[in-house]
Amino acid sequence: MESVEKKAHTKINRSAKTQHRFFKTMKQQKYLYAMSVPFVLWVIVFNYVPLWGWTMAFQDFKPARSFMEQEWVGLANFAALFQDERFYLVLRNTLAMSIMGLAIGFVVPIIFAVFLNEVRVQTFKRTVQTISYLPHFVSWVVVAGIVTKMLSTDGGIVNEMLMAAGFVNDPVQFMTKGEWFWMIVTLSDLWKEMGWNSIIFLAAMAGVDPQQYEAAKVDGASRLRQIWHITLPGIRPTILVVLILSIGHLITIGFEKQFLLGNPIVVDYAEVLDLYALNYGIGLGRFSYGTAIGIFNSLVSIVLLFLANGIFKRYTNQSVM
Amino acid sequence: MKGSRKGWDDRLFDIINYSFLTVVLLVTLYPFLNVLAISLNESTDTVRGGITIFPREFTLTNYQTIFEYDNLITGFINSTLRTVIGTVLGVVSSAMVAFTLSRADFQGRKAFSTVLVLTLYFSGGLIPGYMLMRDLQLIDTFWVYVLPGMVNAFNIIIVRSFMDGLPFALQESAKMDGANDFAIFWRIILPLCTPVLATIALFIAVGQWNSWFDTYLYNSSNPSLTTLQFELMKILQNTTMGATDANAFRDAQGQEAASSVSPESIKMAISMVTIIPILLVYPFLQRFFVQGMTLGAVKS
Repeated sequence: MESVEKKAHTKINRSAKTQHRFFKTMKQQKYLYAMSVPFVLWVIVFNYVPLWGWTMAFQDFKPARSFMEQEWVGLANFAALFQDERFYLVLRNTLAMSIMGLAIGFVVPIIFAVFLNEVRVQTFKRTVQTISYLPHFVSWVVVAGIVTKMLSTDGGIVNEMLMAAGFVNDPVQFMTKGEWFWMIVTLSDLWKEMGWNSIIFLAAMAGVDPQQYEAAKVDGASRLRQIWHITLPGIRPTILVVLILSIGHLITIGFEKQFLLGNPIVVDYAEVLDLYALNYGIGLGRFSYGTAIGIFNSLVSIVLLFLANGIFKRYTNQSVM
Repeated sequence: MKGSRKGWDDRLFDIINYSFLTVVLLVTLYPFLNVLAISLNESTDTVRGGITIFPREFTLTNYQTIFEYDNLITGFINSTLRTVIGTVLGVVSSAMVAFTLSRADFQGRKAFSTVLVLTLYFSGGLIPGYMLMRDLQLIDTFWVYVLPGMVNAFNIIIVRSFMDGLPFALQESAKMDGANDFAIFWRIILPLCTPVLATIALFIAVGQWNSWFDTYLYNSSNPSLTTLQFELMKILQNTTMGATDANAFRDAQGQEAASSVSPESIKMAISMVTIIPILLVYPFLQRFFVQGMTLGAVKS
């Protein structure tokens, strides 16, 4: 009995001691706390509190009512969502543009980096790099204006060139053709981000051991063979990490490009989940419905991220998360 | 490595490679040069078409016209203000948090970095975000531009990985001299971090300067809070279909002045005004942001 009591006592004593030590260190680190706690709270307010807003999706939310007065409707908003034909159209657009964006926007920067890595004239290499980063810094508003201008029917360079080459007799109305919209968005994105997205691959290539290339040269390997057997395997880990992260962001493709490049004529191809949420949720004041769309969007992207990470783990025994 | 020992397939590779990269260069540059040329070309002459990379009839009238437009001036001032204030707040807060997280002895390190890093993987979404701004009464204020995104996990990770590379001995010797943690941060660490702070300053500044959606969503009914990108967006949206008959600007401005300048020229001049400040800064910071991107990507 006594020994048990004693044990319990020392246990309490010990935890009191660690507690004491914790507070003592806390006091010593008061400046560190003062420099971090306010900002962590900041993040909690602006990034975590909105998650509480997800409750709106399960209510018939009316802004005038307090939280306690809201009417709970269970999954009714989700049921309405899955019954709306427009939702499937919008989902199709979102998936189509994100998959095209992933396929092209992921592969081309790697090819670009590989080509750039083979350039021996340093001034040329630097010039191409500097200029290729430029569009990344320009807003989508301006890029949308530029794209519209380049594709315009009166004097847009794309149509001029197509006509000069004899592919078409009359200028193509690119911006009013729904079936072109996905490609226009994908290529605009590529134009904007190709250089920027190649930075990380170029950095990875700089880390490949130069001796490997020397050895390959002695063996008489051609440049293409060197790329295939040394450069690409050398940056394989980077390629995989970037791929997983892009898959995680697959469905959260944003809506800026679609908003800015779209117009009423191509809306059936341009509307994506975020825009749909915006139109219903804020435009029509259906907050609960709009939130349900947002939740669907987040859940799909989280599932995709875990899926991609799981596959990655299985094949490489590494994890990016 | 000598040129004479290059085989024919090596040469062929070089030819294809340099041609490909030159095409990339042209495709990237041409649109900018075209916009610049049109913005500097006499408006009625532009309508005739055929302007490529040089103005045919040089003029500054287009620029003069846009700077007579009140909303644009207000937009320019607000965009500048949000860029300056947003960048200062963002850099200072990121640097402070990053410093505490780079200290291995800091108790809060693990918990705090988890809270921050998780934000990279989820977001509450458009509508809950909107409701939060409404509840915080940030709608229809300037602060909605700078406060919500002030603390950004990605920037903190970049700064932190830079700080991790600094020798800890620096801090220890300062501590022996009796400096407190804030003094160490302010007087020793911060000056050493200039390159990485320049990097995130560029990221934040460009993000602020280029934003239009927050103006559209929160402040579109208040002209005194308009931004440059939002004004440009409104003008562009009226002409997305490539038609030249859109008169958004003309309507906004009254018939007289507009009769001399076409919306096309106006758009191009405003586009240039939004691009030029970026063009002026970014080449000088290139070395830093390449470093920063690499560090950030490796860590996250």
